[in-house]
Amino acid sequence: MTRYILQRLGYMIITMFLIATFTFFLMKFLPGTPLSAADKLSEEQQAVVLEKYGLDDPVPVQYFNYIVNLTQGDLGISFQFDNREVTTIILERIGPSMTIGVQAMIVGTILGMLLGLVSAIYHNGFLDYGSTFIAVLGKSIPSFVFAGILQYYVGVKLGWFPVALWGTWQHTIMPTIALAIFPLAIAARFMRTEMLEVLGSDYITTARAKGVNKFGVVFKHGLRNALIPLVTVLGPLAIGLVTGTLVIENIFAVPGIGEQFVKAINTNDFPIIMGTTLLIAFLFIFIILVIDLLYGVIDPRIRLAEGE
Amino acid sequence: MDNHKPSKELFVPVERQENEGEKIARPSLSFWQDSFMRLRKNVGAMIGLATLIILILMAIFGPYMNQYGEFEQDLGRAKMPPKVEGLGWLGMDGTLSATMSGATVEQATTNANMRFNNDEEFIKTSVVSDGSNGEPAQVKAVYDVYAAKDMNDQSFWFGTDGLGRDLWTRTWKGTRISLYIALLAAAIDMVIGVAYGGISAYYGGRVDNYMQRIIEILMGIPNLVVVILMILILEPGIISITIALTITGWISMARIVRGQILKLKNQEFVLASRTLGAPDNRILRKHLVPNVTGLIVINTMFTIPSAIFFEAFLSFIGLGLPTPIASLGTLIDDGFKSLQIYPHILLFPAIVISLIMIAFNVLADGLRDAFDPKMRE
Repeated sequence: MTRYILQRLGYMIITMFLIATFTFFLMKFLPGTPLSAADKLSEEQQAVVLEKYGLDDPVPVQYFNYIVNLTQGDLGISFQFDNREVTTIILERIGPSMTIGVQAMIVGTILGMLLGLVSAIYHNGFLDYGSTFIAVLGKSIPSFVFAGILQYYVGVKLGWFPVALWGTWQHTIMPTIALAIFPLAIAARFMRTEMLEVLGSDYITTARAKGVNKFGVVFKHGLRNALIPLVTVLGPLAIGLVTGTLVIENIFAVPGIGEQFVKAINTNDFPIIMGTTLLIAFLFIFIILVIDLLYGVIDPRIRLAEGE
Repeated sequence: MDNHKPSKELFVPVERQENEGEKIARPSLSFWQDSFMRLRKNVGAMIGLATLIILILMAIFGPYMNQYGEFEQDLGRAKMPPKVEGLGWLGMDGTLSATMSGATVEQATTNANMRFNNDEEFIKTSVVSDGSNGEPAQVKAVYDVYAAKDMNDQSFWFGTDGLGRDLWTRTWKGTRISLYIALLAAAIDMVIGVAYGGISAYYGGRVDNYMQRIIEILMGIPNLVVVILMILILEPGIISITIALTITGWISMARIVRGQILKLKNQEFVLASRTLGAPDNRILRKHLVPNVTGLIVINTMFTIPSAIFFEAFLSFIGLGLPTPIASLGTLIDDGFKSLQIYPHILLFPAIVISLIMIAFNVLADGLRDAFDPKMRE
């Protein structure tokens, strides 16, 4: 197990390094410098600006400095916001992203599991078809379309919640719902399949035969066993959430990482693009690592398979 | 005891027929016929398939069904609401409506008229609530845009956008481009994925080891980030979006194909073929890949909707196709800009993209069930 974790950590570092390198050279390919908008400056002034951003060195030196600074958590200075450290800009934006991300994950998986459970219990009944239909819609309808519907009907027409922006807890509700629909759909589908399998197994029949009531069978004997494989879908879910936040934050003007990323792309603010890319990549890799490890902890069979 | 023995007369020799034992009672079905039979029983999947066929036909023929061109701009007819003769009851009667409130009924009526440029000749107002219950009075105004612009002889079935371009034509052109990008990306993913996975699994050993390490590193990179960064350097366009989508898209296909071929490559029919002197290339193409076709089809069916989503997503964050090309993504992005007042601009492309995604997902689910031998009764 330790060897496996170390191996995975090794891969993680290699991947992060590759992404950092890749983004750095990509940014060098792109047109535009901090001077683009200010070419009326004199030679000396231009030199001062270039030096400030470390752009006066040859590219290999810049790359070396970038990697060294990166390992110390220094991502450079933003082009767009004068003299502001990229690290601070990004750090203050993690909060809102985390808020809606975590809320959506909790709301989505819990509701999805309930939906899947209902589906499995009333297999092939009206409720089953209903919840399967919701799951298909939730999985298929693009997040921006769903967010648009929410914004128009709930925000504009009904006026229940603020249409956009950030501040009070009411502001978090619509982004959370829009983001939660994907985990909800995935969890519901998965839960249904697992629960059907579990409910058909022998120990459930035994429990029934011993006189455990339906509620007890489903929640005590069934649910626990169906939960184990649910960990397997957490990976795709987390990826969906990261993609989702980029869209949702922009639609609802949430001051999070996704919104900053898109803003930076549209304003050619390279240090911020690099910073957010690395952060998103890091989150992504980290989540996958944690899930893979969780896997092994929860289900010994997987641990054995990995050990071979 | 002899009495209990059946007499010999009871036994009649059966006329011996050639190949009696070999005779097959039911017509033999190939894997594909069998799968298709099962698919046909799946109502959801068939509805999905029908929807897809209709949408594809519309994407091909839709733009020619009226006289308006994709890029025909006319600010005089900007943001016309949708109007279809005979479908007025669906709200597609070419009118805009708004409910305005004011302190009194008169005030509300004035507000409602102001909402539509005081073009009172073509505005019908009706009182929703007269404010007697202590709340502000509300007046609903219905504005007949087509009459006001003296265009009663024309009808834009899906309305027009901010530059007066016909949304019917643009929606179907956009569907065409989105489908084209998605199909192209899925096809490239399939070719690369099958080749990579097949080679990796078939040769095994060190080759497999290296190829898998590469995949493991690539897997760690979020495809979203790669796609966005690729678009940044490639300049948005149909081909560059396709390339960006395929850069990481083939990985899941490669993994699935590898897993299957690992299982298959030690089976007897492969050994037989090898004994007969077939080269590796032939074994891969003729024996191994055809046996994973089912999985390849299913995976491709799941790739297509995700490619459509990514294309739309790129447009949404401002990295999509350059104007004036229409794709579902750029249309939806446009729609968001005037969502509050003119929701129809967003509505139709959003419906089309949702239908495509749902149809592909349902059909792919159906195919997965149909191809799965465990489902066979």
